[in-house]
Amino acid sequence: MQPNHETLAVLKFGRSGLDRFGASRLWLAHRACVFFGLLTLVACKQSKVAPESRAQTATSEDKLVVFAAASLRAPFTALAENFKQSHAGVTLTFSFAGTQELRTQLEQGADADVFASADQRHMSELEKSGYVSGPVLFARNEPVLVVAKESAAIVHGLSDLPAVKRVIVGEPEVPIGRYTLQILDRASTLYGADFRARVEVKIVSRELNVRQVFSKVSLGEADAGFVYRTDAQGAENQVKVLTIPPAINVIAEYPIAVVAKAKHPMLARGWVTLLLGKDGQEALNHAGFLAPSGSGDRP
Amino acid sequence: MNLDRLRSERWLLRAIGGILAAFLLLPLVALFAMTTWSAFDVGIHFALVLPALRLSLKTTMLSLTIVLVLGTPLSWVLGRASGRLVKAFETAVQLPIVIPPAVAGVALLLAFGRRGMLTGHLYPSSWVAAFSSAAVVMAEVFVSAPFYIQAATSAFRRIDPRLIVVARSFGATPLRIFFSVAIPLSAPGLLAGAAMSWARALGEFGATLMFAGNLEGKTQTLPLAIYTALEVDVRAAQAISIVLVVVAFALLLCVRALLAQASRNLEVRP
Repeated sequence: MQPNHETLAVLKFGRSGLDRFGASRLWLAHRACVFFGLLTLVACKQSKVAPESRAQTATSEDKLVVFAAASLRAPFTALAENFKQSHAGVTLTFSFAGTQELRTQLEQGADADVFASADQRHMSELEKSGYVSGPVLFARNEPVLVVAKESAAIVHGLSDLPAVKRVIVGEPEVPIGRYTLQILDRASTLYGADFRARVEVKIVSRELNVRQVFSKVSLGEADAGFVYRTDAQGAENQVKVLTIPPAINVIAEYPIAVVAKAKHPMLARGWVTLLLGKDGQEALNHAGFLAPSGSGDRP
Repeated sequence: MNLDRLRSERWLLRAIGGILAAFLLLPLVALFAMTTWSAFDVGIHFALVLPALRLSLKTTMLSLTIVLVLGTPLSWVLGRASGRLVKAFETAVQLPIVIPPAVAGVALLLAFGRRGMLTGHLYPSSWVAAFSSAAVVMAEVFVSAPFYIQAATSAFRRIDPRLIVVARSFGATPLRIFFSVAIPLSAPGLLAGAAMSWARALGEFGATLMFAGNLEGKTQTLPLAIYTALEVDVRAAQAISIVLVVVAFALLLCVRALLAQASRNLEVRP
């Protein structure tokens, strides 16, 4: 039924009851504001301590900002303890993200001292435009095939891949996606010329980073996917890890370089030295990385 | 109170408000200003743009329809009911607003994925929506519905309860009250909520990426295409972002116009 004149008149004059309701709400809101105000005050007080201590020793290097590809999180955080022991009083700050994101941040003037990339291409682009200098290879990472538990019985190697329903790969522009396509092309020489095409019809998603590929396989949403050995390291109870035949595999190379405008170049070089030394290589090996030199094809 | 003081106070308020307005608008202006015509031309012809735009419009229209059809009765019920339990329930359905979208995607997988809680019990696992356009719509409904429910519930609450009593005393059934009293009276609020909800669905990124994946023409919406383009070429990403902003702005302007129309109609009636 349509509201007529009388009913709308009721609407107009019926406000007083609402006011009382509104007042109690206002009181509550006031209480909440006071509470959050106090909370903010407490939070501010605590965070004030840090800048003062920094100002005292501004002349010598006491801080190192490391930009590193997401896959380096485990070995780098493990090595942080090591670094702090040999460089007492130094604050280490990590920023782990996709290599592409870190590159964009560096190009936009991000305050980093050293940059570890999961991909040669981004590093050489940065070197060409003068953002970093003298990159060195410090690790390599081998793509593997991970298979969800549900499909473990039908996939025993790369050649069985067309038998599954859902394959997940990286977007061709992210390193793992590029390597995956190269691997599929090379596999065609082993498993028949149409191998790549037979796998490609099973692709259900092209993820934007390798961790998303891994998580979807480990959640069982996809049957199989291509990730790095380091992603599968320690997750053998969640997924089945299959090695790709070395003859057709494409090994990812990880270069590291000191940022050209680094505020702490000495410490940055110290970090690179640590990585290339015995302790650094041990930590990387523990996380599933390969040594920087060795056999295997370059991408 | 002299006139100067009135004027200066008015300007003080404007200046304070202007700070936030500038902060909100400058990044959007930069998006347009920091591109050249040729770069935009290259970006717009990037292969991903058109299929993504089509998919985005299709899925958001569908998700908006679902939100309106199911969300309006829910909001009416919530707006009419009272009690502590209802309050708690109302808060619970608002939660998707604060959950980070990627977490929402994981939650959707855990509920409706292949190993999902209900899969195999309530429906066969061949029905699983993950990696399909249906999954995109589900993700969009999940993140955008709370915005509509919130707006619609408070719009329904603003209706004077006596009006409903009068309608009922004239013999109107609950459905009749819902369609002929509640909805027309709260039309501006509902429309505003629908616009907010649609805008949120259009910008939806995290949950879609997690639950639906990223496949061109099937699950790659405009925000996903922007992120994918970012891996190739920042200029392309910028061009697609401009398309997204323009499309959203145009559609929100339309809603604004409709909204003004609706509230004018409401004022004229008595």
